[in-house]
Amino acid sequence: MTYFAARRGLMSSFAILALPAAAMAAEDLNALVWCDHTDPALIEPFEQQHGIRVNLREYEGTATALALLEQSRPGDWDVLVIDAIDVPRAVGAGLMAELPAEDLATADFWPGVAMEDQTQVDGKTYAVTEKFGYNTISFNSDKVDAADMQDLATVWSDKYTDRIAVYDYYLPVMGLAAIANGVETANLSADDLPALKETLFTMKDNARSVGEVVASQTALATGEVDIVIGGGEWLTAVLAEEQPELTWTIPDQGAVRWAQSIGVLEASENKDLAVEFVKYITGPEGQARLATSSCYWGMPANQKAGEHLSDAQKKVLRWDDQPDYLKRAQLYPAPDADLDGQMQDVWLEMLQH
Amino acid sequence: MPKPETIRGWGFVAPALIWTLAFFVVPFGIMAAMSFATLDGRELVWGFSLENYTRLFGQSYLLRAIVVSLEITLTVTIVSIVLAYPLAWIIVYRVPARWQRLALLLAILPFWTSYVVRSYAWLLVLSREGVINQTLMGLGVISEPLTLASTRFATVTGFVHFFVMLLTLTIYANLVQLPANYRRAAVDLGASSWQAFRHVVLPLTMPGIATGAFLTFVLCIGDYITPQILGGNNELTGPQIIMVQLGRGANFPLAAAMSIVLMALVTLAYLAASRWLRLDRL
Repeated sequence: MTYFAARRGLMSSFAILALPAAAMAAEDLNALVWCDHTDPALIEPFEQQHGIRVNLREYEGTATALALLEQSRPGDWDVLVIDAIDVPRAVGAGLMAELPAEDLATADFWPGVAMEDQTQVDGKTYAVTEKFGYNTISFNSDKVDAADMQDLATVWSDKYTDRIAVYDYYLPVMGLAAIANGVETANLSADDLPALKETLFTMKDNARSVGEVVASQTALATGEVDIVIGGGEWLTAVLAEEQPELTWTIPDQGAVRWAQSIGVLEASENKDLAVEFVKYITGPEGQARLATSSCYWGMPANQKAGEHLSDAQKKVLRWDDQPDYLKRAQLYPAPDADLDGQMQDVWLEMLQH
Repeated sequence: MPKPETIRGWGFVAPALIWTLAFFVVPFGIMAAMSFATLDGRELVWGFSLENYTRLFGQSYLLRAIVVSLEITLTVTIVSIVLAYPLAWIIVYRVPARWQRLALLLAILPFWTSYVVRSYAWLLVLSREGVINQTLMGLGVISEPLTLASTRFATVTGFVHFFVMLLTLTIYANLVQLPANYRRAAVDLGASSWQAFRHVVLPLTMPGIATGAFLTFVLCIGDYITPQILGGNNELTGPQIIMVQLGRGANFPLAAAMSIVLMALVTLAYLAASRWLRLDRL
């Protein structure tokens, strides 16, 4: 991922406000996506197959997407890529359309990755998991003892003071802190926050920086730091060829699993085409292209994507380790609004610590 | 029945009035109203509540963001003035007249680079493997790289690089209009060079300094990009907290309250500088 691509991602929420509605023709497909969907290698085959254009707009953070949708006219957007744990929130807001579950390839998904608890409401499917990976520990194997990286407490101990960057996203990193404290991410409650705060303060005391995706990746790639807490394959896979010493692991205690999903917006006037797009993205070929997108790599939800991936690509993705990783990783915490607010307060307190 | 001159007068000012109403007064009113609204879960509740302000001034990490913003802004403003004034002076008094335009052009050349790219460039310069650390280590001055990036120092450096150019322009514009005879007359009357500068030149160039300083203050205290890239999130400024509230929590009321506080600080800065703000002198 380039700096510029990432900045575009950061600023896209502002750019979209200025986008004239006329620029988005009705016969095209308009999708609000994460940056991995903007890779032409992913989108062009679909465009050529259907003879249409897919207008893509990147965003970061579900709150930003919801604000964008609120500010748009109904029907402006057809497809939404969204954090899997936020699907119920979008469904609750009446934004998502029901998908034809029988036409989706979820039977070919890795075990547990379909995430029915999040993507289905009252037995109806509103989104499909498309890509997943781990928020765990990325590190430079030339500079750090790999054995130390198997224990979370050692990772952020004073042994590595000033050699650590923390990924600036409260949910996965607080999830890791919870795991280190023996709390299951699914059971995280307000009572756990004082202990998590202490753990976060320890991380901050020993960290050199707290940064978003590009800043964390740059810090690791340039040697500014040797460890990224909250990192994973999405941070180091695109650098695998140039810097094979940058790697990642899942510590003994476990890690947090991220998952992104895709769905069709209820207000879309182009639902049939939007469903076709969802089917393409979650089908074997689309999945392979999405997994190895130029913006960031991640595991495809559909195991049949393996037929379209090279052995080298599978190796970088740690394809063969997935059954073990999936067993040991826990989902992002999915707090309700009150707990979410409290978690964000703790995170800000950590940043100002 | 209004007089025709009155109607004509309103006609002349109407475009400016409508513009100001549409793009300043109304948005400001909405933001002010938003700052008194609250969130019920994720639902916005309009009303009149001081909850956001109470929270802002009651929670140390939020208040600290305002303090950090002020500290950084004041540091940047002072350092930029100290660096820009001699630069403008040299261009006006030491560079031959025919080279002055070129010198000024060179001084503001970095303006032509994207703000974001410039910030990332500084990040690379200041990093452990960057030019500064590598040079100092190569010269044997240090044995371990210094921590320069992801610090307040880095943020201030990035800001100063930008605002020195701005202040150089405003001070140059003021200095170049100042007849050299004023200084010569003071010296003829027995003042030392320092006294002539202190009592004649400096007071007469205060409009240029104040205007540049005020612009620096306004732009610096509201900037999000530079501290985000160079500060390493080791301490958050007001605009960074506002972005977090908007982007992650969709907490528009708290973000609006913080924006109002930042605007109040800018207003105070304006009042402090208003005595010298003489744009007609530039």
